[in-house]
Amino acid sequence: MPDTLLKVRNLNAWYGESYILHDLNFDVHRGEVVTLLGRNGAGKTTTLKTIMGMLKQHTGSVTFAEKEMLNLTSDEVARSGIVLCPEERGIFSSLSVEENLLLPPVLQAGGMTIHEIYELFPILKERAASRGTHLSGGEQQMLAIARILRTGATLLLLDEPTEGLAPVIIEQIGSILSEIKKRGFTILLVEQNFYFASSIADRHYVIEEGHVIDEIKNTELEQNTEKLKNYLGI
Amino acid sequence: MAELLGMPPQLFFGQLLLGLINGAFYAMLSLGLAIIFGMLQIVNFAHGATYMVGAFGAWMLMNYLGIGFWPALILTPLIVALLGVILERLVLKHLYDLDHLYGMLATFGLALIIEGLFRQAYGISGLPYEIPTQLQGGTNLGFMFLPNYRAFVVLMSIILCFGTWYLIERTKMGMYLRATTENRELVRAFGIKVPRLITATFALGVGLAAFAGVMAAPIYQVNPLMGNNLIIVIFAVVVIGGMGSILGATLAGYLVGLVEGLTKAYYPEASSTVVFILMIIVLIVRPSGLFGKEQ
Ligand SMILES: Nc1ncnc2c1ncn2[C@@H]1O[C@H](COP(=O)(O)OP(=O)(O)O)[C@@H](O)[C@H]1O
Ligand SMILES: [Mg+2]
Repeated sequence: MPDTLLKVRNLNAWYGESYILHDLNFDVHRGEVVTLLGRNGAGKTTTLKTIMGMLKQHTGSVTFAEKEMLNLTSDEVARSGIVLCPEERGIFSSLSVEENLLLPPVLQAGGMTIHEIYELFPILKERAASRGTHLSGGEQQMLAIARILRTGATLLLLDEPTEGLAPVIIEQIGSILSEIKKRGFTILLVEQNFYFASSIADRHYVIEEGHVIDEIKNTELEQNTEKLKNYLGI
Repeated sequence: MAELLGMPPQLFFGQLLLGLINGAFYAMLSLGLAIIFGMLQIVNFAHGATYMVGAFGAWMLMNYLGIGFWPALILTPLIVALLGVILERLVLKHLYDLDHLYGMLATFGLALIIEGLFRQAYGISGLPYEIPTQLQGGTNLGFMFLPNYRAFVVLMSIILCFGTWYLIERTKMGMYLRATTENRELVRAFGIKVPRLITATFALGVGLAAFAGVMAAPIYQVNPLMGNNLIIVIFAVVVIGGMGSILGATLAGYLVGLVEGLTKAYYPEASSTVVFILMIIVLIVRPSGLFGKEQ
């Protein structure tokens, strides 16, 4: 039996009148990298935000390490050990790179030290005194990932970390995520780039119009390539 | 040096000093207003009333409890900050998700209520408050006479403004404040108790206003309308400095005070409108204010 860290059951969510997530069910096991694949507007970001406690209207259940998360506020979810790297990256322009890095508080033991982070992301050390938003897009994405590694959270929610980046940067991010996985972090990754997803993930869930429509093991990806391309419209 | 820029130096420096004193108060008040706006996204129309309550707090401590200026300078801001916490928890927190207009109307109403209560109780003729004995008298600088208390006000204002700037730009608490101003949801999702941070910020802002009120008590009459007369100028100061800019609010406070002083010296008829002329010029030339970020 795998050790299930995150269990999502019959998750529904709304923005006002619009019904976005329909009875979502999926699991993430400890130490796994799981992706949510799907087209634009499928509900991937909404799923992450709902898990994170950032949305108010929902029903169903999200348990993390056996604890119900769904009615907690987002700061309480964070303190339970989940942290989000948002789609828009959320780099603060009034904070230096180093301040951006130090902003998320250390909430549990076991996170990476600032020294280890600078080793993994040497560019951030070089640019420590710059304003956060003066970095290039790729560097900002590195910063957005780097700063959540300190917190001690064991589950990382990464929302499209490769969006809009050059192939060489995407490759760097891929090797960083592999390294992070080796260190024992569990990752729920939202992606549209399925080549990238397949390079690091263990399993994939396909989301369409707020439903989970398929689950594919990474080892069975080859047989399913055509189906997946069809799902993603590529 | 019988004449300076076309007038006796005594008069010139006298008006300049008056401008500097007013500027010191503008700076202290616009600072608090800017901080509150940044964090709560509320244009706090009750800021002037808070300043007035600060002055009355000092007066009440003195007249009812025999507590003098120095303890009042510490106690009053603390008491007012505590009242601010209650107000924020009870009323303001319900307004954050609504349009700015609700915050403006609610605080405007609050200001009317608070000022009305004090008018009812104390009338509008103004109550005297003594300058503390240690700061009575003055120093003759040769070209002008500098009252000690007024020098003290300017000094305290500079210290306070610098202290607040330091808190926001150089400390961890300030880092959280700046980040929350930019993206409240994300800061909270990182595990920071943002609602508590917002309450603390409001307490700090109103505490600053009350501190200014205590400082004002010995200079201006303690009067229920003293804040009402000031608040519109303070808003102009914040607009000139740049909405949300701490440095801008401070420097614009002094700038406006000095410009007013000089106008009083040269063209007294315009002295109460010059602020708004300045504001309009700034809005035309640099709509985001002197130190505001371009949008
Ligand atoms: N703040 C919002 N208010 C209303 N509808 C929204 C909001 N954010 C997203 N949506 C809608 O929810 C659906 C899912 O969006 P999202 O979760 O961002 O998709 P994805 O991340 O898969 O591209 C879309 O139809 C989008 O238009
Ligand atoms: Mg998205």
